[in-house]
Amino acid sequence: MANTDALLEFVEKLKSENASWVTDVKDALGEVTVIVPGESINAVCEYLKTAQGFDLLADICGADRGPEEDPRFEVNYHLFSTKHFNRLRLKVLLSEDKPNVRTVTNVWNTANWHERETYDLFGVIFDGHPDLRRILLPSDFDGHALRKDYPLRGYEPYSMN
Amino acid sequence: MGLENTLFESLPDIVTVNLDALINWSRKSSLWPATFGLACCAIEMMNTAASSRNDLARFGAETFRASPRQSDVMIVSGRVSRKMAPVLRRVYDQMPEPKWVISMGACATSGGVFDNYAIVQGVDKIVPVDIYIPGCPPRPEMLVHAIMMLQDKIMKESVKDRRDTFEPESRVSMVPGTLPVTEGTALEKETEIEVSQNQVSRPYTIPSRHERRKSS
Repeated sequence: MANTDALLEFVEKLKSENASWVTDVKDALGEVTVIVPGESINAVCEYLKTAQGFDLLADICGADRGPEEDPRFEVNYHLFSTKHFNRLRLKVLLSEDKPNVRTVTNVWNTANWHERETYDLFGVIFDGHPDLRRILLPSDFDGHALRKDYPLRGYEPYSMN
Repeated sequence: MGLENTLFESLPDIVTVNLDALINWSRKSSLWPATFGLACCAIEMMNTAASSRNDLARFGAETFRASPRQSDVMIVSGRVSRKMAPVLRRVYDQMPEPKWVISMGACATSGGVFDNYAIVQGVDKIVPVDIYIPGCPPRPEMLVHAIMMLQDKIMKESVKDRRDTFEPESRVSMVPGTLPVTEGTALEKETEIEVSQNQVSRPYTIPSRHERRKSS
């Protein structure tokens, strides 16, 4: 199993910077996931980029845990550093009623399209995003296709089956 | 195209029947497909056209044109996604008569294994199809056979059936839930506003040659 000590050091630095930034830490399979409260994701990303050298946002992806779960959606941020070559994952949990999270486009510009994709397929709304439109599905698409309760063949009359 | 139509309207039926054979023969002998590959079937299509083993040139259909304006037959090779559907329809509308469509493979014909929200369940919901080819993907021999069948079909047609009609149907034709494909980019919206205000859009700072000629 890979050694995660270097990654856990970053988590300690996060905690010492602001204790409310880290809700939970998961250390599994040689990867470290930091669960961050939704309102502070922007500040955490800003800190990790400027002070800790995580200068590359590899991916933002959404996940739907299912309609019966309470924090139904999660948004995962995969960070990478081209200076010390570490990877860190941040995770924000969102409820179904209010799937809003602050955008990180002001930190990494590449977040623009990633957040549009997450909005497109999961319906997570990124507050403050400059251009939150659909990116993969047609613009008149009804619903969000990767939600667990989305029917495979789509809704009528969009479905032509 | 235009010439036959005017010619045929002025001729009696006896002459047209004989002329049909000649014109159909010339049409079937130089079928020009549109370069329009959608998925893995397109690889078989390329193999059919460009390999010496199958050599579609034997049947006069090897000249794949990059512009739909110069094409006679559209080979729909692969699954058509909902987002691609309006584009496919537009390519079809841009082709001049006479035009034919070959639906190549299970996905283009019926959606194939992709029975989901993203894929059109059969391209015949969007464009009229002349020949269906089964297979996943069909072998090049099957595409060659389909083109030969299409040639047989062309020989049975009358020139009077095939003409450019400027029906509004092709302008407004719309599969539910597919058009418009995007809300429009900021540039398109800008152009729309400019056109509505009767202003000339000038995306380039250097005037084109005919504009310079006009002004001088």
